[in-house]
Amino acid sequence: MTAIPLGTPRLLLAFTLDGEPVRAPEGSTVLDACRAAGKDVPTLCQGDTLTPKNACRVCVVEVEGARTLAPACSRKAEEGMRVRTDTERVRHSRRVVLELLASSVDLSTTARVAEWIEEYGAEPDRFGPDAARVDEEPRIDNTLYVRDYDKCILCYKCVDACGDQWQNTFAISVSGRGFDARIAVEHDAPLTDSACVYCGNCIEVCPTGALSFRSEFDMREAGTWDESAQTATTTVCAYCGVGCNLTLHVQDNEIVKVTSPHDNPVTHGNLCIKGRFGYQHVQNRD
Amino acid sequence: MDLHFGDSKPTDEERAAVDTLLGPPESSWEGADRSDADLRWARGGREARARRDLLLPGLHAVNDRVGWISEGALGYLCRRLTVPPAEAYGVATFYAMFSVKPRPATVLHVCTDLACMAAGAPELCEGVESRLGPGSGVTVERGPCLGLCERAPAALAVRAGDPVRTAVAAPATVERAVLTAGAPGSAAEEPPAARALPQAGDPSLMLLGRVGVVDPADLDDYRAHGGYAALRRAFALGPAGVIREVTDAGLVGRGGAAFPTGRKWQATASQPDTPHYLVCNADESEPGTFKDRVVMEGDPYALVEAMTVAAYAIGAHKGYLYLRGEYPRALRRMEHAIGQARARGLLGDDVLGQGYAFDIEIRRGAGAYICGEETALFNSIEGYRGEPRSKPPFPVEKGLFGRPTAENNVETLVNVLPILTGGAEAYAAIGTPGSTGPKLYCVSGSVERPGVYELPFGATLGELLELAGVREGLRAVLLGGAAGGFVRPDELHVPLTFEGTREAGTTLGSGVVMAFDDTVPLPRLLLRIAAFFRDESCGQCVPCRVGTVRQEEALHRIAERAGAAAADDVALLREVGRAMRDASICGLGQTAWNAVESAIDRLGAYE
Ligand code: SF4
Ligand code: SF4
Ligand code: SF4
Ligand code: FES
Ligand code: FES
Repeated sequence: MTAIPLGTPRLLLAFTLDGEPVRAPEGSTVLDACRAAGKDVPTLCQGDTLTPKNACRVCVVEVEGARTLAPACSRKAEEGMRVRTDTERVRHSRRVVLELLASSVDLSTTARVAEWIEEYGAEPDRFGPDAARVDEEPRIDNTLYVRDYDKCILCYKCVDACGDQWQNTFAISVSGRGFDARIAVEHDAPLTDSACVYCGNCIEVCPTGALSFRSEFDMREAGTWDESAQTATTTVCAYCGVGCNLTLHVQDNEIVKVTSPHDNPVTHGNLCIKGRFGYQHVQNRD
Repeated sequence: MDLHFGDSKPTDEERAAVDTLLGPPESSWEGADRSDADLRWARGGREARARRDLLLPGLHAVNDRVGWISEGALGYLCRRLTVPPAEAYGVATFYAMFSVKPRPATVLHVCTDLACMAAGAPELCEGVESRLGPGSGVTVERGPCLGLCERAPAALAVRAGDPVRTAVAAPATVERAVLTAGAPGSAAEEPPAARALPQAGDPSLMLLGRVGVVDPADLDDYRAHGGYAALRRAFALGPAGVIREVTDAGLVGRGGAAFPTGRKWQATASQPDTPHYLVCNADESEPGTFKDRVVMEGDPYALVEAMTVAAYAIGAHKGYLYLRGEYPRALRRMEHAIGQARARGLLGDDVLGQGYAFDIEIRRGAGAYICGEETALFNSIEGYRGEPRSKPPFPVEKGLFGRPTAENNVETLVNVLPILTGGAEAYAAIGTPGSTGPKLYCVSGSVERPGVYELPFGATLGELLELAGVREGLRAVLLGGAAGGFVRPDELHVPLTFEGTREAGTTLGSGVVMAFDDTVPLPRLLLRIAAFFRDESCGQCVPCRVGTVRQEEALHRIAERAGAAAADDVALLREVGRAMRDASICGLGQTAWNAVESAIDRLGAYE
């Protein structure tokens, strides 16, 4: 959560987390409290700049007295609540959810997922070789970014970022339903025929790499993408007076992608097309 | 919001369909031809956006007129309502009754669900499909329960046009289904609603007593049979008095969750935020359920009156009746009844001259089981995808349009009438202390007299089946529909009460009782249930979206196996099922595995 220093002091709620008494400010989520207590709760659809849709269900915890498990990312902390984050029941659901996801989409570029699969003992292969997969071809229909929905976990983050939570362009939404649900623009058209304004804020929030810079996508295809050889430098965008922060990711002296710091109180990681994609002139050396 | 509408144009017909609903556009900002004046002012925005809830009716308008929703039509509708096209596309593709690809004007929906399957739906489908191949001008859609289970197997024909024509073939033969699809306009009228009531004429019926007795189109007839006495009593008692009666009567919701109705009303009534809304859930899509349809077709004014009473109690001035898209006759009857009530001052600004304003708007669903979940239903009315919201906040606090809302289903609401006319005490004396009043059951499958039955709570399953004339060789009974559970033929002593079924480790659910004899192959039933949930999952959360697929796959693998050969997959089913029950957002994912689990545990399905 972005730390905002202003505001009236909030009431502290007392409750227990895995048997330990904890206190959390009113309005914070169980996840906030877990993190403050140094517990590692896996999350996929939760994002630091968005209201989580609580759709992935890997963050579930057990709240005493509740019939079902609760998503830590969205359940508000309540006075006197007793939460368990590491019971067999919790671990079981997390493991199965990871297995279900990993058996249906390509999680190879999803941060931390391999670690959790290991930690929870998930075996995605046990659904057999014929388990249905999302099976989508990457959509390469413009020069700026690629949509590879074979990696999409339907976390709704890009929809929220493009829609009412940040960009207000509403170029993408979820279409279809059930296992056939997909992120799509209107009429499932190419991006170039859609309302997209190429701010790239959806790429910024995508946790799986389903949305990526064309440069990153091409380099991964060519096998030349090497994060360990990259440097990240945060600077100020020079295009207009807003003065957004840009983080330039540079490999072999070339800018390979541009992100933006989420803890910037003005932009929260959002940029416009110029700041996000307009970097070619910087490295035009002719 | 900067909207981009693309440049596909609607046809004249599509435009007319939308304009009939919304009125002609006022400026080029919402789709009219551009005039000089339009260059100097801007319009749309907030004002138009407040009509977002007309998106679903708009999609219906186009789909009804043309049979599918083209890019041009969707774009025009979006312009009229200031809805982003990507979102509208997401909504249009959510519902099974809409198509965003061209298709013939006539669609024949053939039910492949449980009761119909037991009555020969697979053969019916094959026959119909081979007769109505490409070029026939008819699209055949195999689909879930049409709510005509007492007349299984069933088919529903919808022919787009102005007006749209619908016709039902049930029980359907290949011949009849094909004929109905060929000429839905001249198909024979369906049998009256009372034909679904094997107990018709029984004077003890409290909820169904008027079905088949009154003329469903005649308000005076309804009044002559005791109609509007409950509303008069409600006005005499005042809102708090009504809530007290309903609470004292011990009425609990009949939709499956069994939540005390009085408590829900009290919680809604006491919210300081306004306006309050009443929503009647008439989207009964649980396979095997058809009681709401029978009530709406046979006694529509009862629902109008009951909704008025409920709204009065919770302080709502507007009620929405969310009616299943597959119920054309119920829709016509309710539209007519609401119109008549309005014309006679029983709805509107001054109900019964009591200075209380209330009106009802009907919203049609479009083929999505999940919209029976209360928060998904709110999203659907509001013009969003019918995805459940996570709770808390609960609807009594933030429901429809973010306002305090009481949501009840049809059966729950009509119970309010006898409570008010007969008094809470008399009502509470019926049934058992834990489950008061009468209960409706939808009995179908291998019985002689399928239909809707009304019995006081506490009758046993066996007694109910005896009334319905259960056939020889009973193999299993599905209680509570696809989200319920199977019980064995030696468990017929289970009392039909909330506490009794709970004790027996099963559930009463929505009151579905489907009997299957030993001619119905159990693995096929289970596969159908799994396919149903896979199809109907909204897709929002992982345990349900992927879990339902993995379960169906496992059931396919073991369809022909038993014992040790099936053990691995049964274990897999259990593990996935447990996570679905624990970690899914809504009741659909949480209950999707119930029936199959009960078949394994109680019937020994794969032993
Ligand atoms: S594309 Fe990325 S951000 Fe969008 S839903 Fe899929 S995984 Fe989430
Ligand atoms: S990213 Fe866009 S809005 Fe931000 S400073 Fe650069 S040009 Fe201006
Ligand atoms: S449980 Fe199923 S239907 Fe319910 S929200 Fe999740 S995906 Fe949607
Ligand atoms: S991170 Fe909580 S549900 Fe996805
Ligand atoms: S109409 Fe076919 S099962 Fe209900």
